[in-house]
Amino acid sequence: MGTLSERILGASAGEYVDRAVDRAYVHDGTGVLTLEAWKSMGAKRIQGAAHLHVFFDHIVPANNSTTATLQHELRAFACGSFFRFSDIGGGICHQLMSEGVVLPNEIIVGADSHSCTLGAFGAFATGIGATDMAAIWMTGETWFRVPESIGIHLSGAFTGAAEAKDLALTYVSRLGMDGTSYQSLEFIGKGAGVLPMDDRLTLCNLAVETGAKAGMFYADDITVQYLAAAGHTVQTQEPEPCRYIREIDFDLTDIVPVIAVPPRVDTVKTVPDLAGLPVDQVFVGTCTNGRYSDLARFARIVKGKKVAVRTIVVPASRAVLDTAIRTGVLMDLVEAGCTIGTPGCGPCLGAHMGVLGEGEVCLSTANRNFRNRMGVGGEIYLSSVATAAASALEGEITEPEVS
Amino acid sequence: MQGKGRAVCIGEDIDTDLVIAGRYLRTKDHSVWVAHVFEDLDPSLASRMNGAVIVAGKNFGCGSSREQAAIAIRESGVVAVVAPSFARIFFRNAINVGLPLIECDIICTEGSPVTFDLTEGWVEAEKKKYPTRPLSAKMQEILTAGGLVNYRRTHE
Repeated sequence: MGTLSERILGASAGEYVDRAVDRAYVHDGTGVLTLEAWKSMGAKRIQGAAHLHVFFDHIVPANNSTTATLQHELRAFACGSFFRFSDIGGGICHQLMSEGVVLPNEIIVGADSHSCTLGAFGAFATGIGATDMAAIWMTGETWFRVPESIGIHLSGAFTGAAEAKDLALTYVSRLGMDGTSYQSLEFIGKGAGVLPMDDRLTLCNLAVETGAKAGMFYADDITVQYLAAAGHTVQTQEPEPCRYIREIDFDLTDIVPVIAVPPRVDTVKTVPDLAGLPVDQVFVGTCTNGRYSDLARFARIVKGKKVAVRTIVVPASRAVLDTAIRTGVLMDLVEAGCTIGTPGCGPCLGAHMGVLGEGEVCLSTANRNFRNRMGVGGEIYLSSVATAAASALEGEITEPEVS
Repeated sequence: MQGKGRAVCIGEDIDTDLVIAGRYLRTKDHSVWVAHVFEDLDPSLASRMNGAVIVAGKNFGCGSSREQAAIAIRESGVVAVVAPSFARIFFRNAINVGLPLIECDIICTEGSPVTFDLTEGWVEAEKKKYPTRPLSAKMQEILTAGGLVNYRRTHE
């Protein structure tokens, strides 16, 4: 009995528990501090390195010698301590964890706020900081406060040009940037059961933008089939009677293409409300919308045409890039004038490549549009892949056509 | 745990990009973060951090999990941060690096004295005493130890 969070953490909402984690991961951004904290703790060894991952995704390849030196130290430590290590070009931590690593019922922590993405598999997955992670490297466990849960009932199916990202931005605007602090979102109902894994990952990814600790789907036949393709045999999770502190309904049929306007993810307008706004750069990628299905959707819209503004496409992982090459999607993108980046986070956090200049506007498929995030004086509008593609062709915000 | 400082008042939903921008993260040199703390919010804030109690609006520290945000604030000499609510990753990070957080909605003017006692559970500003939400037992232990690194050094 209980919510998915209560069942996985084995305690009731509001209780504090110490739990061993099934998998824990850092990236080049948070791993450096984690290693420093771990050394400061006086730890002599790593607890369970087979379940600890280090991914290089934030600044890849290194942008200067300072970054390169920090990455060199972390790489040497990770390899020497038998961590599971993914070097530059492998892809985004959350994406790689979603490619047949995370399984239902697991407790997953990542030193990155968007670790909640992996709740799409019916796992309890949440973000933590570097020092918390260092203690996990040392002991294999951490403490949790079991979150209260909000039931998000989905019904119907997407129509027109709307996609999961539009629903994600819509629910963030409904709940607000701190609307679900310390709580967990559970996506339930018939509308949830028909969504493919890629859509579930996008929806769970944005959970943290409402302050949530986790965003979760129950593992069902779609999850089982997805993981079977990666060689895992898993069981579905059946919902049980439980107490949600709040329940919200979304009919997918009503979802329309929307855009989050800077500097808040919860300030959303419909695409027609912003139509004609000139953009300087379009960015397609990230842990929100950098999967193969996203690249393919973008390519379908721009194929045989030319983008009107600089357009950066960054596959979320090497597997995504590989598939895009084999299917011809990558060629369609290149021929349309897109610039292809190394699999990873790309310009999302404004530290490396694709940085905006003063007064420039970027339409991005990422998850954050905070002030100056992609460069001092630059503005970030967040949209779906289809809206990004239609807008790239026109050089201004443009409503996507119904495909 | 007691403390006092002068209020530096800032707004709500202050994200960790505003506390320390992504362009300053690639270093282990804490002085870089101290020099640029809150730069994109208000470049004059960094010089007013020493001895300050930051009085913020709701949802302080939302966004990225970057622990550099909590470190930058603590090492700037900030005594504590008071806000009606904090984003959860920042909350853990701050306690883990030994920065006291006080969950409370207080009203005070810039520069006015703020005193607090986390053990007794109150914060006082402009002659008004507010009860504060207590930290969990584990977080109190971590904060009292000066952060999770010290806690781990002494608990293993």
